[in-house]
Parts: sequence; structure tokens; C-alpha cells
Amino acid sequence: MIETAFAALTGLFFAAGIYLLLSRSIIRMLLGLTLFGNAVNLLIFTAGRITRAVPPIVPAGLETPAGAVANPLPQALILTAIVIGFAMFAFLLVLTYRAYRALNADNTDTMRLTEPKGGPNPPLSY
Amino acid sequence: MITTSTPLPDWLVIAPVLLCLVGAALLLVLRRAAGAWFAVIVVAAVIACDAALFARVLADGPVSMTMGRWLPPFGISFTADVMGAGFALAAAAVTLVVLFYIQMDEEGRDGRGGLHALILLLLAGVSGAFLTGDFFNLYVWFEVMLIASFGLLVIAGRPIQIEAAIKYGFLNFLATSLFLLALGLLYGLIGTLNMADIIVSAPKANAAVLASVAGLFLLAFATKAAAFPVNVWLPASYHAPPPAISALFAGLLTKVGAYALLRTFVALLPGARDILDPVIALVAIPTLLIAPLGAIAETNLRRAIGYFVIGGIGAVVAGLALPTAEGVAGAAAYVFHAMLTMTALYLVAGLVEKATGETDTRRMGGLYAASAPLSILFLVLVFAAAGTPPFLGFWPKLLLLGAGAERAGLNGAGATDWWAVALVAALLLNAFLTLIAGTRLWAHVFWRQGHEGAHSEEENPQLRALAGPERWLGLVPTGILVAVIVLAGLWPDLIFRSALEAAHGLLDPQGYVAAFGLEGAP
Repeated sequence: MIETAFAALTGLFFAAGIYLLLSRSIIRMLLGLTLFGNAVNLLIFTAGRITRAVPPIVPAGLETPAGAVANPLPQALILTAIVIGFAMFAFLLVLTYRAYRALNADNTDTMRLTEPKGGPNPPLSY
Repeated sequence: MITTSTPLPDWLVIAPVLLCLVGAALLLVLRRAAGAWFAVIVVAAVIACDAALFARVLADGPVSMTMGRWLPPFGISFTADVMGAGFALAAAAVTLVVLFYIQMDEEGRDGRGGLHALILLLLAGVSGAFLTGDFFNLYVWFEVMLIASFGLLVIAGRPIQIEAAIKYGFLNFLATSLFLLALGLLYGLIGTLNMADIIVSAPKANAAVLASVAGLFLLAFATKAAAFPVNVWLPASYHAPPPAISALFAGLLTKVGAYALLRTFVALLPGARDILDPVIALVAIPTLLIAPLGAIAETNLRRAIGYFVIGGIGAVVAGLALPTAEGVAGAAAYVFHAMLTMTALYLVAGLVEKATGETDTRRMGGLYAASAPLSILFLVLVFAAAGTPPFLGFWPKLLLLGAGAERAGLNGAGATDWWAVALVAALLLNAFLTLIAGTRLWAHVFWRQGHEGAHSEEENPQLRALAGPERWLGLVPTGILVAVIVLAGLWPDLIFRSALEAAHGLLDPQGYVAAFGLEGAP
């Protein structure tokens, strides 16, 4: 039951993340990317089964846990992913600030140093 | 549980990564004092390890070690097969050349901003990606690579670099997020992320669901590899950092994406590959055709070379669409060739920019008279990139064309397969267009007397001879790399043998699974 709600929430996160990523403003793109990353984490978390207060411990003499327990591996995976995602977010945030300082722009349309607008025609000689 | 510890010789599998990480950490402590030469020594040791590993894998089959004495499907395994070890060797070799080349500038010598530590960290990420036997671990190495490349991209902090880092950073981070998403779904589907275990369990899963997860992998890795239509970040970012860094990126980054494509779709999920076959062909053909056209239209030298890098990825994806032993061998050999050739092209471009003081080919010219070695190096690399015999690029293309002709039914057996016909045509057209683009660049930079336009017959006044360090640390290492490319093109036996061995290892992963100590390979 709760999985359905989590699945819907994941979908909402993805939708919001992708919507923000389509923006021209870099800050909004950054927020979108973070939402997207959290949607992925939430999806993996939900896929690993959600239970309450049942430790994932195999009782003595058995090969598998007795009842339905949450799989701890996906939680370990997203723990790694959260750390990495946070580092990336921090770096991109500083980068965005530097870009704002250096280029005086928070708009991808005005970022034309690498790809000059209406660039030169192909060379005609030879 | 494994009760015995890993035998000492098997530690060789993780030695390249370990050396790079420890070296990078020490460099942070040592800071400026002779950091560049320390990095050179570390990378030379990594090359020795990779070479030993490659020789061992070629002789005895895949080697695997699992950390922490956990049984393989649970513990994180490091596993080297012929393809992984070969790519790791090539990656370390080009890094060594770049480490010499980068010292021709003052900035490269003193390693401001942790330059050499970041290069070692990048090599650690790349080697880890090539040698890991765990799918989630591959994701971690992707991120290590990504953060190191961010650092290298912005290291001098010029506005153009910041802008390039934003374009590169957002799209690549999105790609790794998609990779993580696909990993989560794959784990939900088959309950394992160990590569050998995936090979064993994937055929039991629902093929249609698996194919849609594989579609996400395709999107993620194609973005990392810069295949059409997700290639635009590459020409927007690779020309912004100093040429040595561009060269390092061209040799290492997109090739890891290509490696991940080969590993995932040939070895791990071959069933999903068969379902996605038309999609893969639809990615390969436009990549092959659009990339050299972009290079023809471009006036910025390093941006034009960026399009050559994309074209090479097209050839690799074409090999993915022709999954016979020959086709996969062609793709693997092409990755190897592209690592060396594209790095060398950027290194030569950096020297051209030094000698002319320009980045735009319209204001270059007359360099043939000023520097014959540079013009020879550039022309040789253009031929190698286009795949004219007897240069290195020809042999992988030959394998790919052979695989394409076989599948197309052009040998007279069976019905004509139009996808394969289109792939063969695209491969041939790509070679012609790349040759046109490359020789045009050569004509503009070297052959034409002066600047483009009315004064093209007058001498270019901006030309200057390369200074001392630029010769000894710039031109000589580049020349050695090009000599290796030429010699490998003239004696391609080892490359053929290794590529076919790698392809057999991917297509029939019995030995790979056995190296983990698992059973029940399909």
C-alpha cells in the first residue's frame, strides 16, 4: 500500500526534476538535477521493499530471513549515491556561482563563449 | 565464505587503481615539490602493472579478486579480462604521454590547483571502470572520473572553462543519474549487480522489462560516450581547457562510455541487445555521418577534432549493432585505436596553437614551411583517424566492414539485411568524410601560405618556432605516441589477436563467470 504512494511520489519527483531541468536558468536546472537524483534514490529505496521495525537478520539455523524484511542492499546503494550526489551538487553550486560572477549570467542562452552564436561560416577555400 | 586470502599475484588486478589513488593522495601532501615527476613515476608503475595483467589475461584467461573475503555475488569483485586490461593499458600509456606534454608549460610543471593529483585521480577512475566486475562499482568509478574531470576542466578558471564545465557537468551528471536509475531497476529485476551473476541470471528475467531497463543503460552510456543525438556536450566543452587536458579527455572519458556499452550489451544483457538492435543501428548511422560533417563545417581546430572523437564512437556503436566475433573485435580494437589517435590529435593541435598563436583555422596557415614535423604528425593522424591503410584506424574498420558484409548477406548467403547494408555504407561514407574534413584542416593550417581571404598568398606573420621545452616535452612525446600508432598499424597482429580474444570473451562469457567462482553460465 505504502509502496503505491512512494511510487507516485517518485513519479512526481521525476516530473518536477525534468521540468526544472528544461529551464534556461542554471539555478533551476541545478535544483532539477537534485530532485532527479532524489527521485532515483527514492525509487531504489522503494524497490528494496518497505517494512517497519523488522531487522534484516537471518535467524540461527535458517538460510534466509524468516518474514518479509526490507532488503538492506538497496539502502546501502543509495547511501553511496546520496554522498556522491551531495558532492556533485556542492561542486555544481559553486560552479554556478563562479559562472554567475565570471559571465554575469544565470541564463544558458547567454553562455556563448564555447559555441559562438551565429558562428563563422565553414571555410570556403580548397 | 572464502576461507583463504586472495593469492598475492591476484592483487595485480587492483594494483593500477590502488597505485593511482595512493599516488594522488601523496601528491596532495607533497604539493609542489617535483609533483609532475612523481606522477610520471606512478603512471609508469601503473603501466607496468597493466602490461603484466594484460599478458597474464591473454595467456590464462580472466582474473578475479573479491575484497573482504565475501563470496563473489555479494562481495565487490575486481575482474580483468582481455578487453578491460587492454583498455586500462592504453589509458595509462596516453596518460604518461600527457604527463610529459603538460610540463612544457609553467602551469603544468608546478601543478597549481592539484593538477597532477587530479590526473592520477582521473586515471584511477578510468582504470577502476575498466577492471571492476561489479555493476554498481562501475557507477562509483564513473563518478570518480566525473569529479576528477570537473576539476581538470576548470583548473585555470578562465570564463570559457567555467562555461564548458557547466555544459559538460550537467549533462554528464544527468547521464550518471540515469545509469544509477537503471542499476536500481536492474537490481529489482534480477536481484544482483555482480557482473558474472548478471550473466547467469539475466536470461531468466522477463525479456521485455529487461529490454526497457537496457534502454536506460543505452541512453546513459551513449551520453557518456557522446553518440548522436546526445553528443552536443562534447564539442561544447573539449576545446575549453588547455590542449593537454583536452587530449587526456579525448583519450579516456568517452572511451569509458564505449567500454560500458560493449560490456553491458555484448556480455551482460545480450538478449536485450537483440531487442534494441534497430535502436543501436539508428544511433550508429547518424553518429557516423553527422560527426565528420560537423568537422568539415568547423573553423575552431580543437572543436573540429572533437567531431572526429564523436565519429569514432559511431564506429564503436556500429560494432555493437553487428554482434559477431568480428564486429565486437572491430569495436574493441577501434576503442583502443581511438584512445591513442584522438589523444595524439589533440596534442598536435596544442602544438599548432602554440606555433600559430591562434585557435581558429582561418587565421592559421603557412605552418608547413615553418614546422615540417608538425605537419607530418598531423597528416599521419588524419589518415589514422579516417582509417586509410596501412594506418591503425584501418584494421578495426576492416573487421567492422567484414562483420557488416557478412550480416548484410552480401557474401551471397541468405536474404539481404538492410540495417547491415546501411551500417556498411555509413562506415564507408564516414571514412571518406573524415578524410575530407581532416585533409581540409591540414590544407588550412599547414598548406595555405597565410590567413584565409585576400591575403592568403602572403606569409603568416604570427608564426613562431617552438621553444626549447615545447620541443623536448611537447613535440618529442607526441612524436613517440604517433610512432607507436604507426608501428601498431604496420604490425597489427597483436591487436587483431587481442581484439578477437576480447570479443570471444564477451560473446562467450564462460571463462569470465568461472573466474568469479560462479557456476551456471548460459
